[in-house]
Amino acid sequence: MEKHQIQYQTVHFNLNGKDVEKTVDVRASLTDMLRNDYHTLSVKKGCEVGECGACNVLIDGETFNSCIYLAVWAEGKRIRTLEGLMGPEGELSDIQQAFIDEAAIQCGFCTPGFIMSAVELLESGREYTDEELRKLLSGHLCRCTGYENILRAVKKTMYRRLGKEMPTA
Amino acid sequence: MYDMKALYQAKSVEDAVVLRLAHPEAQIIAGGSDVLVQMREGRRAGAELISIQTLDEIRGVSMEDDGTLRIGSLTSFSHITRDPLIQKYIRVLGEAVDQVGGPQIRNIGTIGGNTCNGVTSADSASTLHAWDAIVELTGPQGVRRQPIAEFYIKAGQVDIREGEIQTAILIPRESYENCFGHYIKYAMRNAMDIATLGTSVNVRLSADKKTVERARVAFGVAGPVPLRAAHAEALAAGQPVSLDLADRFARAVKEDINPRDSWRAAKDFRLHIAVESARRAFIESVKLAGGAL
Ligand SMILES: Cc1cc2nc3c(=O)[nH]c(=O)nc-3n(C[C@H](O)[C@H](O)[C@H](O)COP(=O)(O)OP(=O)(O)OC[C@H]3O[C@@H](n4cnc5c(N)ncnc54)[C@H](O)[C@@H]3O)c2cc1C
Ligand code: FES
Ligand code: FES
Repeated sequence: MEKHQIQYQTVHFNLNGKDVEKTVDVRASLTDMLRNDYHTLSVKKGCEVGECGACNVLIDGETFNSCIYLAVWAEGKRIRTLEGLMGPEGELSDIQQAFIDEAAIQCGFCTPGFIMSAVELLESGREYTDEELRKLLSGHLCRCTGYENILRAVKKTMYRRLGKEMPTA
Repeated sequence: MYDMKALYQAKSVEDAVVLRLAHPEAQIIAGGSDVLVQMREGRRAGAELISIQTLDEIRGVSMEDDGTLRIGSLTSFSHITRDPLIQKYIRVLGEAVDQVGGPQIRNIGTIGGNTCNGVTSADSASTLHAWDAIVELTGPQGVRRQPIAEFYIKAGQVDIREGEIQTAILIPRESYENCFGHYIKYAMRNAMDIATLGTSVNVRLSADKKTVERARVAFGVAGPVPLRAAHAEALAAGQPVSLDLADRFARAVKEDINPRDSWRAAKDFRLHIAVESARRAFIESVKLAGGAL
């Protein structure tokens, strides 16, 4: 009988702009590593089976649920979490402020995940319709807000960044 | 932490084959959106995994010299939808996989995983059946190619042999040239839901757009594995384009499908939506092909 040995592996990646390296248990999810080893606690543990989006992070510019992503797959990747949005003096980013202004946060558990999806679509520089925005945000569950305020926060920020008036309709 | 016995990371397709032979009990993990969820649920608890996640050589869409469209098994759903070759030659596949789960699932989920899981509701599977896709497997004896219909053995089981991994899905030129298709996913929600029924139709019309040269239709969740409706296809071939043909084509699908009762939907309901979806998808495909009806 083969002995069940704990396996470790060293991963090198970039976290919120900083090159880092860590030796991790191969059984760890990316959520485990980000929370336990880097204390980026914006990355939430919700369902842990890919359904709710609370653990969402950006990997090389695309959104991924870190609960169903192995930590060792981070090798060579650029990973961004909500912590990376903070300004040098601890300022909030425009999209975070918009969530506050629009009451798009109640308990806040879903918020970091939603905001990282918003970051991806905002950085594309494109103007999306409401229908497209709903689809782009559909990988997140929120049990508090009823989604409308979240949609409005993202939409307002999108128009502000595009330098355009938000259509009233 | 996942309840995983060991992880072997393949460095190339060749290396994956070597690892498969060395660890016959180990399971392949590509994107992991089925494997890791099932490991968490306990169904795959304690398993050994061979990760092929980093094999960029089988990621991406390309065109071969003979016009065959090659979709690397590790290509994610979102990359398939965005790919210019897919948009040009088999747009419906990009549209079908754009209905999987939500955005994050479409970034991690691969077409290889969506076919190797042998699941009838898989959103790519009906379209791949309807376009006569060829599955490419690489193993100790080299490369083996197989029509997708033969790749599926039974629910949850596909024909992957000792030491093999799936390396590509191929669409031959004859299969996509001048073909236009439409996919309808019937589900209870617009996002993050599994299909109650998936219907994929495509047609090729004559040069004057008045005759159906070939119509193909495949379903997911109309049987234990995705399946084609041969009676409907035979009925439509060579017939003049008309709404009446759409109706007859749609009714004929009942000859071939065999949905079951499940907690998601009753058999009668699935039969009803199969006919209605086939009709709508046929009409839409004819319109996309430039036909009038
Ligand atoms: C929240 C959520 C929502 C989902 N919604 C949908 C949906 O709407 N529609 C849908 O179709 N699916 C859905 N899925 C299921 C899943 O995302 C897809 O089936 C996906 O295509 C699996 O691909 P993967 O690369 O993640 O597979 P993995 O989990 O890595 O593998 C799946 C299976 O295929 C095998 N395998 C994978 N690649 C290969 C290969 N190249 N060679 C040999 N064997 C291989 C693995 O051993 C395993 O048995 C959902 C999953 C989640 C978590
Ligand atoms: S915790 Fe990852 S999707 Fe729910
Ligand atoms: S604010 Fe509570 S879950 Fe969204």
